[in-house]
Amino acid sequence: MSSLLSVGALADGSWLAVPAISFNIEALGDRFWSLTIEGLAYGSIYALVAVGYTLVYGVLRLINFAHSEIFMLGMFGQYAVLMLLGFSPSGNAYAEGAVMTIVYLGIAMIGGMLISGGAAVGLERVAYRPLRKRNAPSLVFLITAIGASFVIQEFVHFVLPALTDGELGGVNAQQPIRLVEQKEQFTIFGASVTNVTLIIIGSALVLALATDMFVNRTKFGRGIRAVAQDPTTATLMGISRERIIMLTFLIGGVLAGAAALLYTLRVPNGIIYSGGFILGIKAFCAAVLGGIGNLRGALLGGLILGVMENYGQILFGTAWRDVVAFALLILILMFRPTGILGETLGRARA
Amino acid sequence: MHRRSMRAALVLVAAATLTLAACGDKSAGGSGSGSESSSAATSGASGSSSSSAAPAGGDLAINPLVQIDIDGNEVEASTGTDAVSPAGDGSATCDGVSVAMAGALTGPNAALGLNILYGMQTALKEHNDANANCQVEIKQFDTEGDPQKATQVAPQIVSDASVIGLLGPAFSGETKATGTIFSQAGLLSLTASATNPDLTANGWTNFFRGLANDAVQGPAVAKYLTGSAGFSTVCVVKDNSDYGVGLAETITEGLGDAADPSCAADVKTGDKDFSATVQLIAGAEPDAIFYAGYYAEAAPFVAQLREGGVEAAFVSADGTNDPQFVDQAGSAAEGAYLSCPCGPAPEEFAATYESEHGQVPGVYSVEGYDLMTIILSGIDSGITDRAGLVEYVKNYQGQGLAREYQWDDNGELSSSLIWMYEVG
Repeated sequence: MSSLLSVGALADGSWLAVPAISFNIEALGDRFWSLTIEGLAYGSIYALVAVGYTLVYGVLRLINFAHSEIFMLGMFGQYAVLMLLGFSPSGNAYAEGAVMTIVYLGIAMIGGMLISGGAAVGLERVAYRPLRKRNAPSLVFLITAIGASFVIQEFVHFVLPALTDGELGGVNAQQPIRLVEQKEQFTIFGASVTNVTLIIIGSALVLALATDMFVNRTKFGRGIRAVAQDPTTATLMGISRERIIMLTFLIGGVLAGAAALLYTLRVPNGIIYSGGFILGIKAFCAAVLGGIGNLRGALLGGLILGVMENYGQILFGTAWRDVVAFALLILILMFRPTGILGETLGRARA
Repeated sequence: MHRRSMRAALVLVAAATLTLAACGDKSAGGSGSGSESSSAATSGASGSSSSSAAPAGGDLAINPLVQIDIDGNEVEASTGTDAVSPAGDGSATCDGVSVAMAGALTGPNAALGLNILYGMQTALKEHNDANANCQVEIKQFDTEGDPQKATQVAPQIVSDASVIGLLGPAFSGETKATGTIFSQAGLLSLTASATNPDLTANGWTNFFRGLANDAVQGPAVAKYLTGSAGFSTVCVVKDNSDYGVGLAETITEGLGDAADPSCAADVKTGDKDFSATVQLIAGAEPDAIFYAGYYAEAAPFVAQLREGGVEAAFVSADGTNDPQFVDQAGSAAEGAYLSCPCGPAPEEFAATYESEHGQVPGVYSVEGYDLMTIILSGIDSGITDRAGLVEYVKNYQGQGLAREYQWDDNGELSSSLIWMYEVG
């Protein structure tokens, strides 16, 4: 415990040891299907978060690095809603019956979506709109995004506990409220599929289809695509650019909020101020992988990243998980510099 | 038209949410309190706990199991009944003497520092209440557990003429960074928690460690697992901290053939998802899993192991020995073995401590009390200078609540013992 913050290394330098890299193809073969299913579940969460990066990039050419914190706020949002509903945190799972569990999950998801969506729109208003009014260079937007990310993290780290009497936020992860206990439902090729996996993949699929329809079929979606393609002409055609930008942030935020609930089903102990950071980077990575600015690309990129990462960490050793993800990104960008499905939201197929 | 229908849909969703929330409140509250939240037996609220009022996964707590030596053999615990009392005989006289405490009192690691400080304060109160003519004072110096902050704080401690002894620093890193300063000043540095083995190899004549170091913990726990506990295959999983890597190395060495290299895995501090590691371990079917790291990762790890159908015993060390582990992991923590060089708190001490500080004693509270008692007994014997106190501790031999205290020439305890705890 107390070597917690020690500087330097043991006399023989053993503390600097690097985890050994392995090549365990046998384990990969043995567990191929269960790794695939787990990877798809994780990948759907990446995909939902990636949509937020990709839409905002498509419309504003801005990489909204604070999006990972929007996701993190969504986790706290759904947690707060569950607390308001009378659930008290404990490490144990509740057994409310299937129907009530789904109702509660639905409410929690809406809570997470509202918080995340609201935060995303608020962030746009407070941080990005004033810069746009002053025609700030794009580098300034990027720095602002990174700054906003820190501000939100530290808000949850230090300010939120003071506001909520220590119930939310602070240095430790929230004590989990577990609505669903993971249980095997059936098996595919010997790999067990749990209820949590089903909920995650199912909800993510529905949300992804809905978003795709919204962007491709509705008037608002057409507006988004128009602004992405050519903001000036879109404005001349009577589209309010500011409103479209707000809508874009809202959609990204809402999906991040939904992803936040799904993520906490999978990882109930993940609700912590720093909990969005790595996941956000991975989701961004997924967006680039699929072709940033491209909605379907983000969805596809998320799934591919989730699955490949899962194979990779069994193949090379669990410590190499992030390395696998980023190596994959570099590899794909070497051959397809604009990502798997290409870049633009407006032009291609959106 | 389009916009209006969108808006109507939004209002509808909002209304539905509110209604459901209002209805849900009652039903969930009822079932919640019935099934989960009735017991409030937190095993010990740590200062940094964000939800210390919440029930700790049913009524699980970390309970002492057995004391072991470096070969993993059981050693009978000291009862603590014949411990030296900080009150002394009540006739001590002294004036303007104070004891410094250095450690993390704020910041992310404050819980440990406060555990030690509160233990010291309990001893001080007993002493000052009994000795009207010798009112000693504790001077607190907050290092936040950060070696850099500690090097700024150390000169302040040294230059305070009333300070004749220091209890601390609390962490190994800060101790390493400041050791030379205290050594040159000839100020007693008595630590209740710094366990890096190298600290006593610096030739500091003023440094004493009040508990076993990490070089004892690894072999002791490893031998206990293969011996008394009877595990024949163990998966060693470590995080990427100095602490985790160092501990895993000594454990793996101590386990010998029992450590299964095919399921040895690495995780990172901050990780919350361990599905691949769980799959790896599920395939290896070990008797036990040893996790070298901290509670923040250990809790989700053990929960995911149990969900993944791994029934093997979960073993971890002092980094996990924290009420937060039980809070976070819930029933998955049940049956976990946690080692610690820190001793358990005797009942009477625990009651006094809780009434004074509003929380039950935590890791290193007993050490704080015991070591403060040693310093106070030195002051009561008439010592008023720094050199005298170092000399006093060097020759000290006496019983404390947790163990017997007597030091060798390097400043290590003559008999270094480890405690095994069990969550139950």
